[in-house]
Amino acid sequence: MRKSLLALAAGLLLAGSVSAASAADKLKVGFIYLGPIGDLGWTYQHELARQALVKEFGDKIETTYLENVPEGPDAERAIEQLVRAGNKLIFTTSFGYMDPTLKVAKKYPNVHFEHATGYKRDKNMSTYSSKWYQGRYIQGLIAAKMSKSGVLGYIGSFPIPEVVSGINATMIAAQSINPNIKVKIIWANTWFDPGKEADAAKALIDQGADVIMQHTDSPAAMQIASERGKLAFGQDSEMIKFGPKTQLTSILDTWAPYYIARVKAELDGTWKSEDTYGGLDSHMFAMAPYTNMPDDVKKIAEDAQAAITAGTLHPFKCPVIGQDGKEIECKGGANLADGQILGMNFYVKGIDDKLPGK
Amino acid sequence: MELVEAIILSVLAASTPLLIAATGELVTERSGVLNLGVEGMMIVGAACGFGGAWLSGSIFIGAVFGIIAGVLMSLVFALMALGLAVNQVATGLALTIFGIGLSGLIGAGFVGERLTPAAHLYIPGLTDIPLIGRVLFGEDAFVYFSIALIIGVWWFLYRTRAGLILRACGDNHVSAHALGYPVLRIRTLAVMFGGACAGLAGAYLPLAYTPFFIPGMTAGRGWIALALVVFASWRPGRLVVGAYLFGAVTILQLHAQGWGVGIPSQFMSALPYLATVIVLVLLSRARTGGSTAPAALGTVFVPDR
Repeated sequence: MRKSLLALAAGLLLAGSVSAASAADKLKVGFIYLGPIGDLGWTYQHELARQALVKEFGDKIETTYLENVPEGPDAERAIEQLVRAGNKLIFTTSFGYMDPTLKVAKKYPNVHFEHATGYKRDKNMSTYSSKWYQGRYIQGLIAAKMSKSGVLGYIGSFPIPEVVSGINATMIAAQSINPNIKVKIIWANTWFDPGKEADAAKALIDQGADVIMQHTDSPAAMQIASERGKLAFGQDSEMIKFGPKTQLTSILDTWAPYYIARVKAELDGTWKSEDTYGGLDSHMFAMAPYTNMPDDVKKIAEDAQAAITAGTLHPFKCPVIGQDGKEIECKGGANLADGQILGMNFYVKGIDDKLPGK
Repeated sequence: MELVEAIILSVLAASTPLLIAATGELVTERSGVLNLGVEGMMIVGAACGFGGAWLSGSIFIGAVFGIIAGVLMSLVFALMALGLAVNQVATGLALTIFGIGLSGLIGAGFVGERLTPAAHLYIPGLTDIPLIGRVLFGEDAFVYFSIALIIGVWWFLYRTRAGLILRACGDNHVSAHALGYPVLRIRTLAVMFGGACAGLAGAYLPLAYTPFFIPGMTAGRGWIALALVVFASWRPGRLVVGAYLFGAVTILQLHAQGWGVGIPSQFMSALPYLATVIVLVLLSRARTGGSTAPAALGTVFVPDR
């Protein structure tokens, strides 16, 4: 009895390996997602890019994703599971997956890994991220033009460099339009809690802000602004549905061009470990249509977008003045160096608030 | 003055789901059952509530869907924890994990859809009174219902015979059983009431608070409701105080940040929880003569063994 079972098992294994062999010419691409694909924000955009891959390459590739994977040790297991399932190119799409990805990458040198927003690399592990602060600069211009009260409201997620650089870029742009502009900052200390995001938006509006910006993931703030007849920017995704008369524009994480380029490299056998930190010029993100604003404001935004894309405008052009009135050391020549922006832990002049933990 | 009014309105909205969910759990725990699955029942209530309202176009039907979903979830719990006498803590935790997954599945089709939120009451004249008008006469139906609910529960627990029996089950199920009361049936009903409240509290979020559905939108409010029951030392009056206190601290810390109060935001975000813990400690110190927790809370009851 046991023997026949073994034989059966062996037969099944054989059948399995045969079918695997016939599928071997298909490139298997795996994805690890932080949230649910329906979060309408961060994970949703990675999922859209995955769908774009399927559309682009059709039968040449096979994609798999694991959603709701917590950052930390569990992630390592999930990544390894994708390796064992035969995926040759694996995208891990959140900062907290950095170390787990590196660990698995060291274990499987023949598999290629792509990690979003981290800084650790290896021979078979690339990193990629976007210069979202460029988009925030454009939003700052629009906000200063559109604000009647001269007070902007900013909902921060966590006081980390990516968010701080976003606030600073917004403020530098806004001051170039209106030197007296004020920004009120409320930290939600969460990426995702629609109720709290809504409460933060209410608090900001009640305190006089009439343009709301957010670095949290749900459309709750947009909806509150819409209810109260104020203006707002979307985040990560198109959120105009939640505020048809409210959304000015939105930073859209468009990962598809990058994903397509990387899969193409993998198929051509030219994939190598790289560090991609791209912006509007390399289509790492895009701006949603400029709506609910007069034509002259739209033109300012479009001109800024064109200048940033062409490289003639940099949000952190030296000299950058810190909150204390002192000039920030300029390590990148004409502009702050990428490393300074990626590690930004100070507010610029004009922000009447204290950076948490400083 | 307008700002004060705005803050009070935000506090009411933020406190209402906590109050409804905690009221349900209070009744459940008074019957001797510890159901840690509030978060799971809430999130399924949110998904079904939104789905019901979106498909029917009626907030009321959405709320009913939320309640039904909560009751169905609580029946799963009742079957396991009461029928099969499985450990209540483990079952409750499992219910939450199950609920989070299930809500994602139910809600998948509704993600990205928006809804017209529950209408706010408007009585010409009364609602226009400055400061108190909108606070007293300008809320959505959920807010008034939550207040009626907690008053009803107080009356039931302390002024009716059925309430006395329910409390007896929670304090000594063996004696209640010996007196001939159907302990398991009473507890099942209490668990169902808790489920109905959790489902409604969950439905409040996508129907009135932030009128859209996104997986995970309860964001831990079920756990806060559970903590509030302990905070209230199982008394309805204190539950109201606790829920509004928590809502008030949550909203006020956001405003404090907006005013630029120079306290680290991380500390401010922790403030509602810290306040809860501190009041909890003060209450337990002030009281002489032991805990008021139902004596049989969380104990499995198997009749005739």
